Amino acid sequence: MALRLKGAQILLETLVREGTEVIFGYPGGAVIDIYHELPNYDLKHVLVRHEQGAVHAADGYARASGKVGVCLVTSGPGATNTVTGIATAYMDSIPLVIFTGQVPSMLIGNDAFQEADIVGITRPCTKHNFLLNDLEELAQSVKEAFYIAGTGRPGPVLIDLPKDLMNGSCEYRYPRVVQLRGYNPTIKGHQGQIKRAAAEILKAERPVLYGGGGVISSNASNELVSLARMMTIPVTTTLMGLGSFPESDELSLGMLGMHGTYRANMAVTNCDLLIAVGARFDDRVTGKIDEFAPLAKIVHIDIDPTSISKNVQVDIPIVGDVKITLQQMIEIIEEEKGKKDWSEERREWIQQIEEWKQTYPLAYVQKKDVIKPQFVVERISELTKGEAIIATEVGQNQMWTAQYFKFIKPRTFLTSGGLGTMGYGLPAAIGAQIAFPDRVVIDVAGDGSIQMNIQELATAVQYNLPIKIAVLNNGFLGMVRQWQELFYQKRYSCTMFESAPDFVKLAEAYGAVGLRATKPEEVVPVIETALATPRPVIMDFVVEPEEGVYPMVPAGAPINKMLLV
Amino acid sequence: MRHTLSVLVENKPGVLSRVAGLFSGRGFNIESLTVAETLDPMVSHMTIVTRGNDQILEQITKQLNKLINVIKVVDFMDGDHVDREIALIKVNVKDDNRSELLSIIDIFRGKVVDVSSQSYIIEITGDEDKIAAIIDLVKPMGIKDVVRTGKVAMMRGGKSK
Ligand SMILES: Cc1ncc(C[n+]2csc(CCOP(=O)(O)OP(=O)(O)O)c2C)c(N)n1
Repeated sequence: MALRLKGAQILLETLVREGTEVIFGYPGGAVIDIYHELPNYDLKHVLVRHEQGAVHAADGYARASGKVGVCLVTSGPGATNTVTGIATAYMDSIPLVIFTGQVPSMLIGNDAFQEADIVGITRPCTKHNFLLNDLEELAQSVKEAFYIAGTGRPGPVLIDLPKDLMNGSCEYRYPRVVQLRGYNPTIKGHQGQIKRAAAEILKAERPVLYGGGGVISSNASNELVSLARMMTIPVTTTLMGLGSFPESDELSLGMLGMHGTYRANMAVTNCDLLIAVGARFDDRVTGKIDEFAPLAKIVHIDIDPTSISKNVQVDIPIVGDVKITLQQMIEIIEEEKGKKDWSEERREWIQQIEEWKQTYPLAYVQKKDVIKPQFVVERISELTKGEAIIATEVGQNQMWTAQYFKFIKPRTFLTSGGLGTMGYGLPAAIGAQIAFPDRVVIDVAGDGSIQMNIQELATAVQYNLPIKIAVLNNGFLGMVRQWQELFYQKRYSCTMFESAPDFVKLAEAYGAVGLRATKPEEVVPVIETALATPRPVIMDFVVEPEEGVYPMVPAGAPINKMLLV
Repeated sequence: MRHTLSVLVENKPGVLSRVAGLFSGRGFNIESLTVAETLDPMVSHMTIVTRGNDQILEQITKQLNKLINVIKVVDFMDGDHVDREIALIKVNVKDDNRSELLSIIDIFRGKVVDVSSQSYIIEITGDEDKIAAIIDLVKPMGIKDVVRTGKVAMMRGGKSK
């Protein structure tokens, strides 16, 4: 006989069966029934300090672990507070399931206390969302939500739960299957298209692989590395793709685009074949679109058909899961590549790239007196041997991390690429540390961004999460200041903070540890002390106030026209 | 170029606003949109008339397909489908134009569905050209109001949508 359960119990029971281990959340009246049942289930709950923090933490958890992140918040303000987090996850294709409480069914539409049409509000920034109408559908809906969030091009799914349904009861059956008439992502790439692409790869003289976040979300790093090494193809990655290809490899070009390396942007501009893998030709990557990869045939592998030929017309589109498609491709190339020595074939091309690298390497000058922010990032990279999980905020701190941290493994870089959400890094680091309690997790921050979700430091302290925050404290909203310096006659309108907290004292006030470095020679000892401290730490690095991020391609310019300083 | 899209969707709350929101959010335009249930009450059929070059239409079709509740999208090319719409036209009638009006309605195989001392409501079914033509003809008599349903469309021949 089927079990009769309350709505709240059905929800939690189904979560457990779906493999959920952690919920990031914040209670309130509309979800009090769920919270009441929560202690009876084998689910860890992380009580954040702001619902935006819950979503970013679930997002960081998902990016680091590859699992679906789960959030639970109340109706009205609880729900609206999640919107930025949801939009952040949506833009970066991160699998989340968000449960929002809703006023009782009877009151919906009445402007009831703490009512918000969260389904309407989040419709354009979720992969899918809906309001639960019928308790009988709850279990099936939850299963579908996980399925939709985690398959195809992943993304956030929101379910709005009226309070009366959580309190009502019905028979419970865990659904075995998901069947959605309108949802059936293409997983396997079209064999004919893959053959054509393989033939182009065998023919090309100056090929480049351009890997994006899709390589990471489909766990295809090994395949990317195999393809690159087997055919000696240099690899550049987007911001979202960092970690998908080891930067220690000689074939690594680093990141491309607005703040990409000189060699990556030059290689893309001069290549005769560009193989885009799980990347979407974002404007921060392409610069002036008609001059992007002007000499190249373009192959584009992506699970999402809407990504293909959206911004750039491609010659060989392949819709499919990146990992499976690359495996198919590797198999074909394996058969057809013959006995040629491909590293010999590519010698000239690789040499040319090496020349570009020598001419304009990523560089900065660390003087005696003032700390350069790049120096801090490089030291963190060395001292953690590229093994740490690195989150960032948004702005210069994010770009310096992308440039100077040597990423060698996938799922070690958590950053808001698409939406560019300041305040993402700290809660994301919390989520990652929950997923991996024993790894080093560091948020590289700016003094502006860190204040956007600083309240989550209390969460880190409560759960003994030894995350480290490296504030590159330049006293400015640095990235905006840099644009004002370069393109707005140095009119620093509203980008300097005239009041700032003492980050060391702030850390202490929260019960965390505060450290400060003001001179270059203090940088390494501060990082070492922080790494040796098994508690949350803020490291306040007082850095050169007006340092810039270079190279830089001005917005709308072709990517080979870089400002190099 | 003008395109008529036939879209099968799951008959669930919010589907219309999802589709409409997709068009507005991505800067696509909708010239007309009709929705109604199909024989299967779980499924609705939308006919959307939109405009754009090939690349835009490709995006619209793909984006529609990406919506979880969308089951199928067909872009009808000219010629391979039938489309119809209904217009209700309220026209002034006077003694000196009544018979002319009635004969126009007759020629167009329309119907008078409401009569008052000063006006008729004409119901006319047809493709776009036919409706445009009758509107043109009766305009000089004085049109008080026109309401149109927007197009519905169906594939010709044995194939279903
Ligand atoms: C929520 C949000 N508001 C505004 C912006 C616009 N913005 C982009 S970078 C930036 C400056 C960030 O300053 P800070 O965190 O101090 O980092 P820095 O650039 O100095 O490293 C701003 C305001 C944003 N990306 N996100």
